[in-house]
Amino acid sequence: MFNVDIWQEIFSTIKKNKLRTFLTGFSVAWGIFMLMVLLGSGNGLQNGVREEFADNAVNIMWLWTGETSIPYQGLKEGREIKFNNDDYSFLSTKAQDIDQVSSRFYLRGDITYSYGKEYGSFSTSTCHPTLMDMEKIKLTKGRFINDMDMNEFRKVIVIGDDIRKALFKEEDPMGKYIKVGSVPFKVVGVSKDPRSDNNRQAYMPFSTAQRLFNGGDRVHNFTVTTKMVKTSQEAEAIDKEVRQQLAQRHSFDPTDKRAMGSFNMLTEYIRTMKIFQAIKMFVWIIGLGTLIAGIVGVSNIMLILVKERTREIGIRKALGATPGSVIGLVLMESILITTVAGYLGLVMGVGLMEALNFGLEQMVAGGGGDQIFFRNPTVDFVTAVSATAILIFSGALAGYIPARQAAGVKPMEALRDE
Amino acid sequence: MIVLNNVHKSYITGNNSLHVLKGLDLEIGAGEFVSIMGPSGSGKSTLLNILGILDDYDEGTYSLDGKTIKGLNETQAAITRNEMIGFVFQSFNLISFKNAKENVALPLYYQKVSRKKRNLIAMEYLERFGLKEWADHLPGELSGGQKQRVAIARALISKPKVILADEPTGALDTATSFEVMEILKEVNDQGITVIIVTHEHDIAAMTRKIIRLKDGMIEETIINGELKMYREKVRTDKTFNYV
Repeated sequence: MFNVDIWQEIFSTIKKNKLRTFLTGFSVAWGIFMLMVLLGSGNGLQNGVREEFADNAVNIMWLWTGETSIPYQGLKEGREIKFNNDDYSFLSTKAQDIDQVSSRFYLRGDITYSYGKEYGSFSTSTCHPTLMDMEKIKLTKGRFINDMDMNEFRKVIVIGDDIRKALFKEEDPMGKYIKVGSVPFKVVGVSKDPRSDNNRQAYMPFSTAQRLFNGGDRVHNFTVTTKMVKTSQEAEAIDKEVRQQLAQRHSFDPTDKRAMGSFNMLTEYIRTMKIFQAIKMFVWIIGLGTLIAGIVGVSNIMLILVKERTREIGIRKALGATPGSVIGLVLMESILITTVAGYLGLVMGVGLMEALNFGLEQMVAGGGGDQIFFRNPTVDFVTAVSATAILIFSGALAGYIPARQAAGVKPMEALRDE
Repeated sequence: MIVLNNVHKSYITGNNSLHVLKGLDLEIGAGEFVSIMGPSGSGKSTLLNILGILDDYDEGTYSLDGKTIKGLNETQAAITRNEMIGFVFQSFNLISFKNAKENVALPLYYQKVSRKKRNLIAMEYLERFGLKEWADHLPGELSGGQKQRVAIARALISKPKVILADEPTGALDTATSFEVMEILKEVNDQGITVIIVTHEHDIAAMTRKIIRLKDGMIEETIINGELKMYREKVRTDKTFNYV
């Protein structure tokens, strides 16, 4: 089937009908172009939203306490619930479904940060080293809080980039001491969230903060990561389980949201991704629908072509062309048109999305990236390959009926002199 | 070479059945030069289609070179046609976007002969018919006589046993017609059976046997000596109006 002759035959007919071939090919190219643009946009939207989740681990969960609102086992409502260091050991060692844990202790009142003559009021996050991984903290300089800092109650601090700018200007902050309130802390790192223009937060070891600022064994809230699961039901079950365990420790009703508040990111994440899966399926359906319209066009044109070439096919059959060779001729032409046109559409679609991506990247690089809900709107290699496979298959499909028709041409009818 | 025994053929269109061939018996030996004549509707086209394995028949037997031709599938029919039969048509039936050489070479393409080889053979045949210079011309650039010579070259290239010519001179002027008949005669001289369908008496008169059909039966077969008389009759009797 694959020899020079069949290609020559195909090209000679294509050359004879340039406009028609172009229009036919265009419908297929358009179909695949739209499919690529739709898929790319779907991906872009999904990546954009995923980027929104990228500020934290997707399986992150926050726990905080308040006053009970439901009486429980003979205890009145309105009791204050307080986390403590024992809860930390429980969560980090005994609790089920919990991966990493970081405690947080709030410093009371406004804390002034100062270095030399420069000062300002900034927020302080007291944490365990695990927070860096859980909240995806990005450092531009130095290191994050480590276990040694925790164990030795070191007075070290990681400052946000805005704090660095305010206190140090152009000076290198590393190893310098800043005063937090009246206590000097050594700067060991600078953090900066590239997607945010607010970097006014500093991180210090939880243990140091608790001891220095009279915390006793008080913990204000926990940041934890949970076991990774696939469905939102499972994620909710984890949420419930964690609540159950802590409720038991502090004697409150597990359903009492006022006694202990919690937010489970994983549930939201899974729900959102489910929506995108649905969108993706929808996009495929629309894209394939467009493609089918193109393919029906090709099939239609090939039918006309076969009709027009009835006499030629009749001659060929009289000269000894087998039905197989006639089918091959029509089928190959159909596949050629769809594949070439489809490939062009594919390249144009992917090209457009890549260009769009380039533009977006420029925008993100130039700041203001947190406003964009659309990131990396490109189509991956596997999708492109499957689209190509679909094309070749649909080319064959488009050619099949016309080819059968061609094979059924009766030479004596085709050659009848009119 | 060709033996037909009690061959029947009907065409069914809707509720009407048209009985075209009504028990035809025919025998054509190897190397014969035969013309088939008859008024329209006498079944000569149908007969030619059956002889050319372009159509099947309902009853009777047809054997070609000792092989019974009945109920072949399309692929078998195509192969048999390719090997045994060369077709020449009234309207030449050359493929318009292929040049003379490619047209002549086409039957060899279906025999899976390599491109180089079949183009070489096609050139030989074109040379034989004085068309060497026209090898790269498209059919549209050739005269009627040249087209028919290309068509005959194409019919011969697969070395068939039988040439079936359907009104081969129908679209040609008298001089060119005689030229084409001369070529067919030469072909016949090489031992190939030539069967032509025609309604022109002077053309039929150039063959060695005339089979006249009427209403799906052979009405008359004129051979050899009789043919001489027939030729005489055509030449002398101006009021002769046979068909």
